Amino acid sequence: MKPFEYRSPADAAAAVRSVAGNPAAVFLGGGTNLVDHLKLGVAAPDLVVHVADLLPAGIEELDGGTLRIGAGVRNSDLAADRRVRERFPVLSQALLSGASGQLRNMATTGGNPLQRTRCVYFQDVTTPCNKRQPGSGCSAVGGWTRHHAVLGASEHCLAVHPSDMAVAMAALDARVRVLGPDGERTIPFTGLHRLPAGTPERDTVLEHGDLITAIDLPPLPLARRSAYRKVRDRASYAFALVSVAAAVEVRDGVITDARVAFGGVAHVPWRAHRAERVLRGAPATEETYRAAADAELADARPADGPDGGNAFKIPLLRRTLAATLRGLVREDAR
Amino acid sequence: MSEITVHVDGTPRRLTVDTRTTLLDALRERLGVTSPKKGCDHGQCGACTVLSGGRRVLSCLTLAVTQDGARVVTAEGLAAHDRPDGERPAGGQRSDDDGLHPVQRAFVDCDAFQCGYCTPGQVVSAVGMLDEFARGWPSAVTEGTRPPRLDRAEVAERMSGNLCRCAAYVNIVPAVQRAAAESGTAAPGAGVAE
Amino acid sequence: MTFIDRPVAIGLDLPRRDGAAKVRGTAVYAYETPVENPAYAHPVQATVARGRVTALDTAAAEVLDGVLAVLTPATAERLASTEDRELAALQDDGVAFRGQVVALVVADSSETARHAAALVRVTYAQEPHDSELRADRDDLYAPERVNPDFPTDTVEGDVAAATAVAAVVVEQTYTTATYHNNPLEPHATTAHWEPADGRLTLWDSTQGVHPARTAVASVFGLDEAKVRVVCPYVGGGFGSKGTPHVNVVLAAMAARAVPGRPVRLALTRQQMFSLAGYRTPTVQRCLLAAERDGRLTALAVDVVEQTSRIKEFAEQTGVPARMMYAVANRRTTHRLAALDVPVPSWMRAPGECPGMFGPEVAMDELAERLGLDPVELRIRNEPVTDPQTGKPFSSRNLVGCLREGAARFGWSGRDPRPGVRRDGDWLVGTGVAASTYPVHRMSKSTAVIRREGDRYVAEIGAADLGTGTWTTLAQIAADALGVPVERVEVRIGDTDHPMATVAGGSSGMSTWGSAVVEAARAFRTRYGAEPPERAEASGSVPPADDRWAMHAFGAQFAEARVHLDTGEIRVPRLLGVFAVGRIVNPRTARSQLVGGMTMGLSMALHEHSVLDPRTGHVVNHDLADYHIAANADVAEVEAHWLDEHDPHVNAMGTKGIGEIGIVGTAAAVSNAVWHACGARVRDLPVTLDKVLPALEDPPGR
Ligand SMILES: Cc1cc2nc3c(=O)[nH]c(=O)nc-3n(C[C@H](O)[C@H](O)[C@H](O)COP(=O)(O)OP(=O)(O)OC[C@H]3O[C@@H](n4cnc5c(N)ncnc54)[C@H](O)[C@@H]3O)c2cc1C
Ligand code: SF4
Ligand code: FES
Ligand code: FES
Repeated sequence: MKPFEYRSPADAAAAVRSVAGNPAAVFLGGGTNLVDHLKLGVAAPDLVVHVADLLPAGIEELDGGTLRIGAGVRNSDLAADRRVRERFPVLSQALLSGASGQLRNMATTGGNPLQRTRCVYFQDVTTPCNKRQPGSGCSAVGGWTRHHAVLGASEHCLAVHPSDMAVAMAALDARVRVLGPDGERTIPFTGLHRLPAGTPERDTVLEHGDLITAIDLPPLPLARRSAYRKVRDRASYAFALVSVAAAVEVRDGVITDARVAFGGVAHVPWRAHRAERVLRGAPATEETYRAAADAELADARPADGPDGGNAFKIPLLRRTLAATLRGLVREDAR
Repeated sequence: MSEITVHVDGTPRRLTVDTRTTLLDALRERLGVTSPKKGCDHGQCGACTVLSGGRRVLSCLTLAVTQDGARVVTAEGLAAHDRPDGERPAGGQRSDDDGLHPVQRAFVDCDAFQCGYCTPGQVVSAVGMLDEFARGWPSAVTEGTRPPRLDRAEVAERMSGNLCRCAAYVNIVPAVQRAAAESGTAAPGAGVAE
Repeated sequence: MTFIDRPVAIGLDLPRRDGAAKVRGTAVYAYETPVENPAYAHPVQATVARGRVTALDTAAAEVLDGVLAVLTPATAERLASTEDRELAALQDDGVAFRGQVVALVVADSSETARHAAALVRVTYAQEPHDSELRADRDDLYAPERVNPDFPTDTVEGDVAAATAVAAVVVEQTYTTATYHNNPLEPHATTAHWEPADGRLTLWDSTQGVHPARTAVASVFGLDEAKVRVVCPYVGGGFGSKGTPHVNVVLAAMAARAVPGRPVRLALTRQQMFSLAGYRTPTVQRCLLAAERDGRLTALAVDVVEQTSRIKEFAEQTGVPARMMYAVANRRTTHRLAALDVPVPSWMRAPGECPGMFGPEVAMDELAERLGLDPVELRIRNEPVTDPQTGKPFSSRNLVGCLREGAARFGWSGRDPRPGVRRDGDWLVGTGVAASTYPVHRMSKSTAVIRREGDRYVAEIGAADLGTGTWTTLAQIAADALGVPVERVEVRIGDTDHPMATVAGGSSGMSTWGSAVVEAARAFRTRYGAEPPERAEASGSVPPADDRWAMHAFGAQFAEARVHLDTGEIRVPRLLGVFAVGRIVNPRTARSQLVGGMTMGLSMALHEHSVLDPRTGHVVNHDLADYHIAANADVAEVEAHWLDEHDPHVNAMGTKGIGEIGIVGTAAAVSNAVWHACGARVRDLPVTLDKVLPALEDPPGR
């Protein structure tokens, strides 16, 4: 780890100025990803600007019912918040399925969606990686791909976004509040992350110096019936192989509205618009669930690997979506 | 280099640290506090767990410079009588005659370890976890919004951030439950929802 | 040898003597040894799997503030012995595997050492490497012996002829993955070289202070008397700290490079994946032929596995099949591929652990084909004498373990059909497998007993890896002396104590305990019941009684659940019954057996080091990607034991319990998964992608 300067500014504006003014500066949230990367040499900043303690650490209810989650809110506090648990169970469940109790106590709402991929080659500075070092090549192509993408990948990068929280946020039409050098703006959560295409080094649309200050959750009544289903290689303390965030509204056996997003399968938390379109207005049956999955997975492309690659993710995701929707419909019927 | 003061197990410790130094290395390599262990250095095992501000966190992913003024508790300082300030960290539990915190006592009684390397982290994690439980925090296995019971599945899930290669898990779970029962945390419904 | 007939302290359920220190975190591990002004060392590793270092630019590292030394093949001291090429650190510019150490930085702080190590620029002449194990390689060879000293191949009768006429034949290939021991405490050393008297002190995390000393003394050409190795606590080893690895040599080199100043060196978790040993992957071609009644007529196990090009380690995977069951026609073989990979070594139950996977799943497949209960099938193939040596068993209670286990587990009345039991969203099944482990006793080890005040002190350079030695040796000494256990103090983990062998092969208690018993006998013979202050006697392990075949046995039962939709696998219940001789301390014994079984569960469901053949390194080299079972993966794990009386093994009647727990577990789990969902998984680990194709779509509801 190379030495760096450390600052702990008084407010968000000063933090943004510090980072914006130095191309080799980074924000430090809970540090659970950044400090890891400092040690691995994946991140080598000159200046580290601590923001976890200066960002809003509360969850505010705005007029109109939007929940504004301060970017400094720790993952564990967000998961335990009664309003979140009642109105957006999918979000609480997603958070609780991630990492460990200790890590959730540290991780921030702002840092979580900006954590970087867990691709083993990305984390190992001795192997080529386009995301870490543009143009060096993608070691995952022809390498170990069990945890890699089946949707939206490019020949330049097959990485997946590792966050669970982000999958729920993507399903919930959340909005991200950003303070940049030129002032504040709001971007839809589903527009925050980007597909790798030819520039996998960019995970998100944020520019250098952009600070996430809050995430807004607009009211979404159907989210009261929502769930997060994470499938992984260990029962706990493991990243998703695939995950599904879903919310449905059912009337008389017909799905009237739905929100669906996938995790563990793409460079972004994958909002499943095509699946939602199939679900809306369709009977709540196994056939419908599978048709929804098939619609979303029509363009899925597995990757090979020394232990069989990741083709299993396609049937797995299909089955997991069905199981999640079935569970919600059952719950709804109760 | 930065000068900071960290309260470690009740004693203010002033030290000059490299900005790169983690809280774990500051404790182990600068202050000689070796109760928190280094198992992975990357947040993947839980051996370095300490309480900071009363919460369980991983000291290997915490930069020491962010801890200026913080109150840090390690397994060594869990038991009240070990502490010069007499303060009772987390849960307000008393230590027993051997100077062990109830969680530590239960770990010894249940043989909840073998090599002992993950153990200080397990113990601190359990103390932090019981406090979270008492505050009504849910876990990934909690169903609905009602307060859970501290059954096997709840304890195991909440303690899963602490790996034990000796695999003392089947003894760790009852040890935590026993300590919880003694402090009244484990009783059904004792977890108070917010 | 005289057998301890009436144990008093032996068998007591005593808490660990080091318990309070461990729960507080005040027990001192190697890296934590309090020393004045330590320096820190950090290795630089090769990034190619084969070739030569053509240039090492250390300038950027050397100018860093706080860097004390950068050792390279050009600057490092010449070692006295380079015979063990794993330990021949920095002696030449050759690279034999990716991750090999090519330089070492010593600095004032660990941060600086690590940073400087990253600044060392290495240029290589890279050669094509070959790191991929396949059973169809044309360069497989037969090693001279397999670990530790077994014949490579055995043949009895005519397997082909018996197979040709057999009623039922099962022939399948089974594979086990590469496993890394991953003790939670990394391999670590604090080293101090005192130039004035030329003494080297190593506080090293090791399973044997004396073997470590011997190795280090020989590598550096030092008189053993000049080297002291100290290790009161070991944060787990599981074999990987049984033989010294290069880290301890590096630590000593670093200490000699900064004379008088202690140096700390701990491998990072990632470095442990190339520098601290591992278990070879195995490919096991297994053949079982049987009569209709289940009696085996032929058995063959042909094993292919890997070793490194610089040092051979031949895991004895086929060895347990030589003695498990009675069969007239038998063949076992081992073939190795020598690859450009790190050096494999011991990992908990080398041989038995992988070697009881293939055959024990094959037994389940045979039972299925015969329509015979798998417990009964095993019982029908029970040998009268040891098939391998022809000797009688000192005791063999496999059948007792199977019966007792079946009763405790609730096996009787089990419906043998796969995939027919449901509980909510889960398919449920059960499986069984047998366990075995040889009774080892090392031929050397000495203990001293001394009276100090109102206590008796037992000293021996033994190790406690969490096995409970601090407590159990006191129990043995107490009975051998005929005093209450509270009056015995044990001192271990230091070469200043009498010579002890490695804690390996589950031999610790049997070996050191035997020495302690001999010392106690000598002590009482010489001094009687009223020994004077500082009275002292020593004793050494007596020779083993080689008239007997001595083995421990066990039976493991597993319940597995497979999720109907996702194929997720859970093991809510594991139950083992073991015949392991006398139990010295039921509390620590249970922890070891349960710990072994849980590690077996971890092997069954999770563990898998993924070697990328393009680079030659394990890419999932950390604890986030190399999964070991977490708390939530483990539910009920029960270990029971038969009351086994075996006076032939040693004075205590103990058989060793550190390893048998991991033997057979993975087979029991795989068998249970088959019973749950109908997917026969022959390649470990048993992960959801391997069972998904067997699940209905959509799940029948
Ligand atoms: C062993 C392990 C297991 C894990 N398992 C899971 C899991 O199962 N599921 C899961 O979802 N996550 C998991 N995580 C990841 C964890 O959730 C993230 O590391 C965490 O959420 C990141 O938040 P942070 O505040 O610590 O971010 P930091 O590490 O502080 O920062 C992450 C990135 O975001 C930037 N940043 C931080 N805050 C802001 C801000 N407000 N505005 C702009 N930029 C900012 C930083 O510069 C950095 O680039 C795991 C982590 C570990 C170590
Ligand atoms: S998948 Fe992406 S992150 Fe991984 S090696 Fe390829 S470019 Fe790098
Ligand atoms: S050392 Fe911090 S989590 Fe492993
Ligand atoms: S007791 Fe050894 S790792 Fe937990």
